[in-house]
Amino acid sequence: MPNPADAPIYVTDALIAEDIDAYLAQHQQKSLLRFITCGSVDDGKSTLIGRLLYDSKMIFEDQLAALETDSRKVGTQGQEIDFALLVDGLAAEREQGITIDVAYRFFTTEKRKFIVADTPGHEQYTRNMITGASTADLAVILIDARKGVLTQTRRHSYLAHLIGIKHIVLAVNKMDLVGYDKAVFERILLSYRAFASEIGITNFTAIPISGFKGDNITALSDNMPWFKGPALIEHLEGVEVAAQRDVNSDFRFPVQWVNRPNLDFRGFSGQIAGGSVRPGDAVRVLPSGKTTTIDRIVTIGGDLDEAVAGQSVTLTLADEVDCSRGDVIAAADAPPEAADQFEATLVWMADEAMIAGRAYWLKLATQTVSATVQQPKYEINVNTLDHLAAKTLELNGIGVVELSTDKPIVFEAYADNRTLGGFILIDKLTNATVAAGMLHFSLRRAQNVHWQASDISRDMRANLKNQKPALLWFTGLSGSGKSTIANLVEKRLHRMNRHSFLLDGDNVRHGLNRDLGFTEADRIENIRRVGEVAKLMTDAGLIVITAFISPFRVERDMVRSMLPEGDFIEVFIDTPLAEAERRDVKGLYKKARAGQLKNFTGIDSPYEAPETPEIRIDTTAMSPEEAADLIIDRLLG
Amino acid sequence: MTDTLTHLDRLEAESIHIMREVMADAVKPVMLYSVGKDSAVMLHLARKAFYPSPPPFPLLHVDTTWKFQAMYELRDRMAAESGMELIVYQNPEAKQRGINPFDHGPLHTDMWKTEGLKQALDLHGFDVAFGGARRDEEKSRAKERIFSFRTGTHGWDPKKQRPELWNLYNAKKAKGESIRVFPISNWTELDIWQYIARENIPIVPLYFAAPRPTVERDGLLLMVDDDRFPLLPGETPVERSVRFRTLGCYPLTGAVESEAKTLSEVIQEMLLTTTSERQGRIIDKDGGDASMEKKKQEGYF
Repeated sequence: MPNPADAPIYVTDALIAEDIDAYLAQHQQKSLLRFITCGSVDDGKSTLIGRLLYDSKMIFEDQLAALETDSRKVGTQGQEIDFALLVDGLAAEREQGITIDVAYRFFTTEKRKFIVADTPGHEQYTRNMITGASTADLAVILIDARKGVLTQTRRHSYLAHLIGIKHIVLAVNKMDLVGYDKAVFERILLSYRAFASEIGITNFTAIPISGFKGDNITALSDNMPWFKGPALIEHLEGVEVAAQRDVNSDFRFPVQWVNRPNLDFRGFSGQIAGGSVRPGDAVRVLPSGKTTTIDRIVTIGGDLDEAVAGQSVTLTLADEVDCSRGDVIAAADAPPEAADQFEATLVWMADEAMIAGRAYWLKLATQTVSATVQQPKYEINVNTLDHLAAKTLELNGIGVVELSTDKPIVFEAYADNRTLGGFILIDKLTNATVAAGMLHFSLRRAQNVHWQASDISRDMRANLKNQKPALLWFTGLSGSGKSTIANLVEKRLHRMNRHSFLLDGDNVRHGLNRDLGFTEADRIENIRRVGEVAKLMTDAGLIVITAFISPFRVERDMVRSMLPEGDFIEVFIDTPLAEAERRDVKGLYKKARAGQLKNFTGIDSPYEAPETPEIRIDTTAMSPEEAADLIIDRLLG
Repeated sequence: MTDTLTHLDRLEAESIHIMREVMADAVKPVMLYSVGKDSAVMLHLARKAFYPSPPPFPLLHVDTTWKFQAMYELRDRMAAESGMELIVYQNPEAKQRGINPFDHGPLHTDMWKTEGLKQALDLHGFDVAFGGARRDEEKSRAKERIFSFRTGTHGWDPKKQRPELWNLYNAKKAKGESIRVFPISNWTELDIWQYIARENIPIVPLYFAAPRPTVERDGLLLMVDDDRFPLLPGETPVERSVRFRTLGCYPLTGAVESEAKTLSEVIQEMLLTTTSERQGRIIDKDGGDASMEKKKQEGYF
């Protein structure tokens, strides 16, 4: 092998000189492979990349001249060229002789174009490696032939596997320093294979190389006649790229931007994250679930008949359905799920540790929502792969967590779709990207939260209080007299040594339900929460009295169905609207009539009177005191 | 077409995705337009990304008054064709002091370009600026993110870059901070040329060889583009067949002798050449090895 400095500098493809148009036509058809190199400085990683650039003629004379000067000044290879200097870009890195960030390099061969993510190898740079690996189709894991499989080899392999890289290349480097010994290579191969199968890597390609001398990089080396190939570049040129797999899955299109140049055109712009699409295809817009069909695939060069995963296009739909940024247009017969609770693997990337319960922004595809993370189920030791108990995740920590979002997001398992399964967490205060995550599956509350049995039963608690628990649910118009009568009832119960509790509508809205407004959805949630609290109190043996307008039959029935048969006693305070409005104790009817209060029951929002209440109180026929007596009689009598 | 996309298809789709993603969080975006071949590709990609809408941002040309005449012509034509607003900014202080590349050396670039850019961004309150930098151009650019954050004073801190995973970009920023976005980060010089050929993108004719008046100075072949060019004693412009590999201020941009009159010939020459693209640019060499990294920290694109 000649000294690299004496090697021909720039030997180009003969076709370039002879027939440039033929060369360009051929070059335009090349595919793209993105790969990552993992290893530390000592493994000769930067040297290998420098070598790849050099051997594929991506180094120009002026760069080479600068490289030669640098090599003599700060190089570690004596008078020889230090290829690592080509790659370690930042001044700080050159001075310290380490790689602290991800650098992207580009080279092309006759068959393919390559983008290499060069990432540092040390444990403190785990996040950098994850970053570089997230877009890679393949990982080259470097091993120093003199050292064999080390802890860091295991770490790099685990991380590459974790991020879903399907093609692993084990490059056993520095073969020149072990006399190109076949036995050394095979010993390493054997021990790596055992480890790889342990973590689920079923397939990898091992190649003995010397990045420094150039053995088995572009062509098989005479120094290792026992190795039958492939050479590294030959292998990189041959592997199948991941894009192909995406094309064969179901159609997925996260909407990035609504394209609305004028009133006659409404398109949805985005990059296809899975499958393919044609005009006429039936699609579903998620999370709303509305179905429609694809009308056109619009591009500046004219409409397309088909578009496939990886392409950025603009779609129009046959019907006017609601659809905006963050929604996902998907195959109608195989839509992805929407959920708000998940299990995920999290890689922590910030100096400040994870805080369980704090709200972070979660960005997944084009959806950004607020999310909270629970304490890790466990943290993974990236060196031993042991599962450890953990309260938080520190910088470079990797763990499995449960997280919940403030509204449902459309997703798929990361293993099925990287775009709809990979997410980042953003600190709401500093705006820093603090974590990367990969969704495993959604957690449905009913499925995954189990009832905890306790030894003291509901009846035992009630017996101790010498009473039968019940829920007196007062319903009626605003100003009908609910609170007045409910209060009198509780005073009488108290005098009779009964244990009671009055849940008042206004009071609850100051605390438990202060995040709720008066929209229909919020009023429903208000009642649901009150029902749950009342149920816990009856479980504790109390007689619970509630006073809410609760205008909708279906919500009152919802609460009724939460309690044991007979415990829910519906008390209808029957005051006609005209009478309630005449009293107008709080002045609310006046405001509502003036249009200052929206959604006011009886005015612009309906009241559905109970059809068969347990107790009906006609306030036009009896006083509040008489009403209270009647209710006590019916309850205890 | 269920075949795997070609590398140009994938690069184009990635760049378009990035441009659209900016629109989600940007308040007032702008596209830096320097009229070079990379700018030409950027403009073309923007038009594709938002079609049938025009790109939802203006073009900003930070002018030094020392660009080639042919660049000004193409600039105005392309702005008109794209239907986008063109903002031309010239640093008033540099203009008033008559800063020029002949008398003021590195100060010329600093005042017209670095300061001019900062002033223009501040003046209009742009919070996101698209730039056409590529990672293959220069070592420090190989490590810069696609979404690159700048402090309120436009500084760049290479140690505080946000991780960029998958195609998820975090575009959140505090008031006063801005983002430079580089949608063609992953393109190489060859990709740019091939894409220009494939898409028929108009570029400044200076990229093609033609007889032009030139003088040789400090190892560079400079074109005498107008009569502001001060000839040294003994210098006479000589007509040579030349073209340019990159375009900037004409007194700072070296030409190469060439007969390449078509795109194919230009690409052929580029593939057969033995020097890198920025070699004809003086700007990278001021201040030694880490020159570009230093400029970026000061706010240069």
